[in-house]
Amino acid sequence: MDFKFFRNVILKALVLFLVLNAILIALPTASSAHQPSLYNSLVPGRERFPFGETPQQAYNFSLYDLEAMFASHEVSAPVRGDTTVRVFVLGDSSAWGTLLTNEETLTGQLNALNLQCGQKQMQFFNLGYPTISVSKDLMLLQRALQEQPDAILWPTTLEAFPLDKQLASPLAANNLKQIETLVNQFNLPLVLPAENNSLWQRTLWGRRRAIADWIRLQLYAIPYAATGIDQIYPHFTPAAWDLEADESFYQFNPPEMERNQLLYQALPAASDMLGQLPLLVVNEPIMISAGENSDVRYNYFYPRWAYDQYRQDLAQAAAQHNIALVDAWDWVDAHQFTNSAIHLTPAGELVFAQRLVGNVMQTLCRESGN
Amino acid sequence: MLLTDLLILILVTLVLRFGLGLRPRSRGLILMLASILVIFWLQPVTSIRFLDFWMPVATLFITIGSWLLTAEPDQKKSRSNLITLTLVTLTILLIALTRYLGLSELIGSLKPPQFGQVLIGTAILLVFVILIARFSSAKKAWLMIGIIFLLTLFVILKTPPLALAGSTFLRSLVGQSLASASPLDIRWLGFSYVAFRLIHTLRDRMSGRMPQVSLQDYLTYVIFFPAFSAGPIDRLPRFIKDLQEPLLPFSPQLGQAFYRLTVGIFKKFALADSLALLALNAQNASQLQSTGFSWLMVYAYAFLIYFDFSGYTDIAIGLGQLLGITLPDNFNRPYLKPNLTQFWNNWHITLTQWFRAYFFNPFTRSLRSKYRGLNVGWIVLITQLSTMILIGLWHGVAWNFVLWGLWHGLGLFVNNRFSDWVKPRLSRLQTHTRMQRSLDAFNTVLTFHFVALGWIWFALPSVPLSLNVFTRLFGLGS
Repeated sequence: MDFKFFRNVILKALVLFLVLNAILIALPTASSAHQPSLYNSLVPGRERFPFGETPQQAYNFSLYDLEAMFASHEVSAPVRGDTTVRVFVLGDSSAWGTLLTNEETLTGQLNALNLQCGQKQMQFFNLGYPTISVSKDLMLLQRALQEQPDAILWPTTLEAFPLDKQLASPLAANNLKQIETLVNQFNLPLVLPAENNSLWQRTLWGRRRAIADWIRLQLYAIPYAATGIDQIYPHFTPAAWDLEADESFYQFNPPEMERNQLLYQALPAASDMLGQLPLLVVNEPIMISAGENSDVRYNYFYPRWAYDQYRQDLAQAAAQHNIALVDAWDWVDAHQFTNSAIHLTPAGELVFAQRLVGNVMQTLCRESGN
Repeated sequence: MLLTDLLILILVTLVLRFGLGLRPRSRGLILMLASILVIFWLQPVTSIRFLDFWMPVATLFITIGSWLLTAEPDQKKSRSNLITLTLVTLTILLIALTRYLGLSELIGSLKPPQFGQVLIGTAILLVFVILIARFSSAKKAWLMIGIIFLLTLFVILKTPPLALAGSTFLRSLVGQSLASASPLDIRWLGFSYVAFRLIHTLRDRMSGRMPQVSLQDYLTYVIFFPAFSAGPIDRLPRFIKDLQEPLLPFSPQLGQAFYRLTVGIFKKFALADSLALLALNAQNASQLQSTGFSWLMVYAYAFLIYFDFSGYTDIAIGLGQLLGITLPDNFNRPYLKPNLTQFWNNWHITLTQWFRAYFFNPFTRSLRSKYRGLNVGWIVLITQLSTMILIGLWHGVAWNFVLWGLWHGLGLFVNNRFSDWVKPRLSRLQTHTRMQRSLDAFNTVLTFHFVALGWIWFALPSVPLSLNVFTRLFGLGS
């Protein structure tokens, strides 16, 4: 054994590494086909999307690979027979269920109500994701169409509409290609940063995060399946009751928000995307504080003037595009919120779900043709 | 150890091999100095002020003290050994000076104390060294004192209430909050292995089997950095033999070293670290709901601990080979063995051999000679149980480790008795190859499951938690 031997070993390793990278560069970066996944095969699919900052405690973490997220979700499990009406529930952290178990979320509560649509059972799937942006919701909706939805329930709130907020969701910011498709397809007034799609990004090194995330997601399948845990429930600071006397909302000041700075175009975009599929948009409940300065603000998120205008504008936009809308903003008592003005307690979710049933049956069952 | 730390170590080792290490005369000295620097570098930060500096210092002085107990009088006074002592002291002082040179980051996250404190501390330790050199001899009583001292220190560090008391004492010395004291404050890197290497030399000196070695070689053996934190526990005569062999830079050992390093890195950082995400642990043990997946998590732990430990051993052996030292293997496909005795002959081999040499064999001999009427079965039971419980306690003085030791002790006893009973009855099977293979496969699966279930005691800190997992695994829980 001499120097030449070691030199040859290193050279061969280098060549193999370069060949592997060349193959990876040549392969498409994203595939609409289902990714291989332990979920829905070896272990049951997750009841909500992977999300979280404490992976070792929650057996869950945030990743940006839409395909891997969908492949891990129960919504991607094979559909057997035509015995259910599949209702996909979009939305933010309040739909995903921050501080709630799966059974306590809006989706869980609606499923527990065992709603029947004709001969079929209504089955609700939680496709909420804990960042607030209607573009993010549209992106998830577009991908979700591959999973045979029969109807869509879309709770949302004012915070999701400002143009500046659209890419604040890391999920949206890391899937610019999908957002760009939406922008072009539905003429959305969003300016997107240039996507870094260099060859380097498509090498093994460039894809290391996505590959590592995929592996971690598969590994967490086992503790998730063994424990059923996908979130930790720490003690939390309750949502602010006493508020600042601040009338501003992002860059907006009274008396009026500029409507062209809010992405109401997301509503017709969703409707167009769905075609004949029924859609029910819900202005989700917010905490209406009665504390200090509550005459100025409803809560930490919203000054009264801005939120009131939003409710009118949302109703107008929905009516204009013939989209069913429920304004549930004041349905839940202010004491049924947890750490945020939009996060409900289990009891709050139950109230919300029970009051929503009529609209759900009327819009999503009737229009789905069952 | 992080992957970046390991890559730095590999780089340092290559520099030593191809640069300084080529000079045979200076090889031992350079290895000793490099090992001293690395043990300071690897020492984890502790919450007790400057303890992370004083623990490596204590390792060095305890080692010097042990050498003095084993050395002949003329060796203690030899010029070369005095030079080694001076060099060790100077190295410690130089490391302390990094505080003022803004270089302390070079030695990990270590922040040395004020130089004056280091001078005083080192001077006190040197006084102890002089006293030991002056008054000790390689007689049984002194060697025994050395062993008792090491064992006492070991028990204090491994027993949480004693470690807590130690932490409280040290905190009171440096004026830190006693309320924040924790048994985890005293994280003395590598002490478990250092103590066992030292006891090996003291015990061998007692029985006259220890070769005379210089302080430099002795220190290099005890703190040899590739094996410092996770073993294996080499034997001094074998280590010295390798140390005295010439080192050829492009020998076949180089290829073997890279092979072991690659395998070790893959086992530790790819397999073990991945399995850690799904393996049984104190947190998920109380959350288990599914029997099938609970089994998977137990299997994951069994493979996690194997890949983690054998990965570290591969890395240690690879680094050792780069430096011309062939450290002994610690694992030889233990999960593929058809009985528990063979499993223990192939799992953490150097620790098992250590206990066999210094506890099991002498204890068995002692029982046989003192209690001649004692049934063989009783002797096997007593020796196996006590040995395995001690191996359990080596990992930590806690009930879960006692139960783990008990589990294996009883397992070995049953295996021993059953083998004796069944061997003549199954002798006809040896001619039926297929039947024999099937039986071996069944035994291997059975042994693996016994070991894997035993890891539950080992992995979980409380007995009720372990029992909870057992009930879940066997579908007895609600």
